[in-house]
Amino acid sequence: MAAGAAPRPARRGGRREGGSNGPRREAAPGLVSVMESVEAVARTLLSFGRLSRGLPFGRAHGLSSRDPLLPLAPRSQENADPQRTAFLLRKQWTLYSVTPLYRFSNAHLRDYARLLSAFIAAEKQKGLAVEVGVELDIKVAVSSLPYLKGSDQDQAAILVQLSSRSPASPKNSEEKLIWSGWFCCVSGDNLSKNVPEDFTCLPLFLVNGAECYTSIVGSWFQKTFDCSFRRLAISPLILSWMAAMWTGCKVDKTASAMELVFSVPCLPQPLDISYAIHPEDAKALWDTVQKTPGEIIQEEVDVFMDCLYSHFHRHFRIHLSATKLVKVSTAIASAHCDGIIKVRF
Amino acid sequence: MRGAQIFFCLLRDWHIQELNTLGQNGASTTLATTCNQTSFPERCPLLLVLFTSIFCHLAASLPLPPERDHLRPRIDLVAFMIDIKSKYSLKNVEASLAYVDDSFFLGKVCFLVTGVGRVNYCSVEMNAIRNLGEVYCSPVLFCELEVEGSQVATAQRLLRMLEICAGHVPGVSALSFSSLMRNCADD
Repeated sequence: MAAGAAPRPARRGGRREGGSNGPRREAAPGLVSVMESVEAVARTLLSFGRLSRGLPFGRAHGLSSRDPLLPLAPRSQENADPQRTAFLLRKQWTLYSVTPLYRFSNAHLRDYARLLSAFIAAEKQKGLAVEVGVELDIKVAVSSLPYLKGSDQDQAAILVQLSSRSPASPKNSEEKLIWSGWFCCVSGDNLSKNVPEDFTCLPLFLVNGAECYTSIVGSWFQKTFDCSFRRLAISPLILSWMAAMWTGCKVDKTASAMELVFSVPCLPQPLDISYAIHPEDAKALWDTVQKTPGEIIQEEVDVFMDCLYSHFHRHFRIHLSATKLVKVSTAIASAHCDGIIKVRF
Repeated sequence: MRGAQIFFCLLRDWHIQELNTLGQNGASTTLATTCNQTSFPERCPLLLVLFTSIFCHLAASLPLPPERDHLRPRIDLVAFMIDIKSKYSLKNVEASLAYVDDSFFLGKVCFLVTGVGRVNYCSVEMNAIRNLGEVYCSPVLFCELEVEGSQVATAQRLLRMLEICAGHVPGVSALSFSSLMRNCADD
């Protein structure tokens, strides 16, 4: 994950993303594919870090101009157990932004699981759940993922999983995972410094599962820790960052095409344009644009996207830059502007 | 406000049509945009009302067609409009800036950035816009032309700038006013 990097002044004409002090990971050839998946997860997580902060509108002396954007720090890479990150992959996650949690403690995770499970049972009693006619015994597990974080100062990620077992089946049968959600903080040092005492900063919440469970779990957290959840939308600017970052990842021959979906505004009939690019071509283009491996500047992202747009314009006479980028899909991951992402691999 | 000219470069639309031109002595002379529900005159009736006593021109890009040069009166203020939802508008503005005479940059140019209420639709990077303002020494005004309150406030600001640029405010010149605005923005 991004190592703590000293904040650098924003450069005129562009923001340099990348720390000067943190360790830089060299692109080692021949990484085991399992570690590559962890890297993919890390890159995606770093893009989440941008999301959870959003782009402050106004003067850029806030966080965005000093994003450290480094790939895996060696320490996290050693500790990251591929088995444990496997839950991230091949699932569609809906993003929420969360305000800091009051009096949340990593030591009481079991208690939280118990309380949440009681809450869910109570909601079911009230008749507010969930699936009609299905009697499910819902078990809650809350665990901590210490390796999923942006820097050492960040809070460790917290994973909440709801699994069910039908009461008819035997006691030792497998429990089926029906819902998972995890909180994480990939913000780096700047955010953590400003958080007051008693507050835990876990600004990003990712959910996979039925909406009814999401609302129950969400309302329990809101009641218990006085926080609030809001759907997180991803702006086209951030989507183009993700496109550039994910294109730079090493992909194998069978990778799927890079696809960008645009929505054309102000037409009587809504029109979506889908632009698919061969992944090797996209990577070749990005490699000519990116100057320093391990660092990405806003200008490089702009040049990359402009090349794609002008190529499209040459063929179709349509200015994609006047449309809204709504979805980016690469071999590594995909992201939609409504705040839905999926890590493939 | 007689004789003051404000020229809007409406650089976020793909098509532009000249609806009517009443000549120099007419009341408002406007070029309107088409096929775009956020077209400037329709969305901003208040702005038009305020502007009926001045000449207001719109164009999709510069340079202006040379055929009408002899008809065109002196321009007092050029407002470049950038829509934050469209990167194309920024590119268009940057390309058109090359066609503006140097003397205009002494306070007679401003950048009007619209759509700022919708951060989630943002396709243009804020730093790029601020840089533009710094490089061309011109103030950057942020507004949300789809919201009525912001329309009125923006119109009033532009009118005030126009008065100054046309020389109707004694003691304040366009250059001094724009330096004042830039100093305030830096604080």
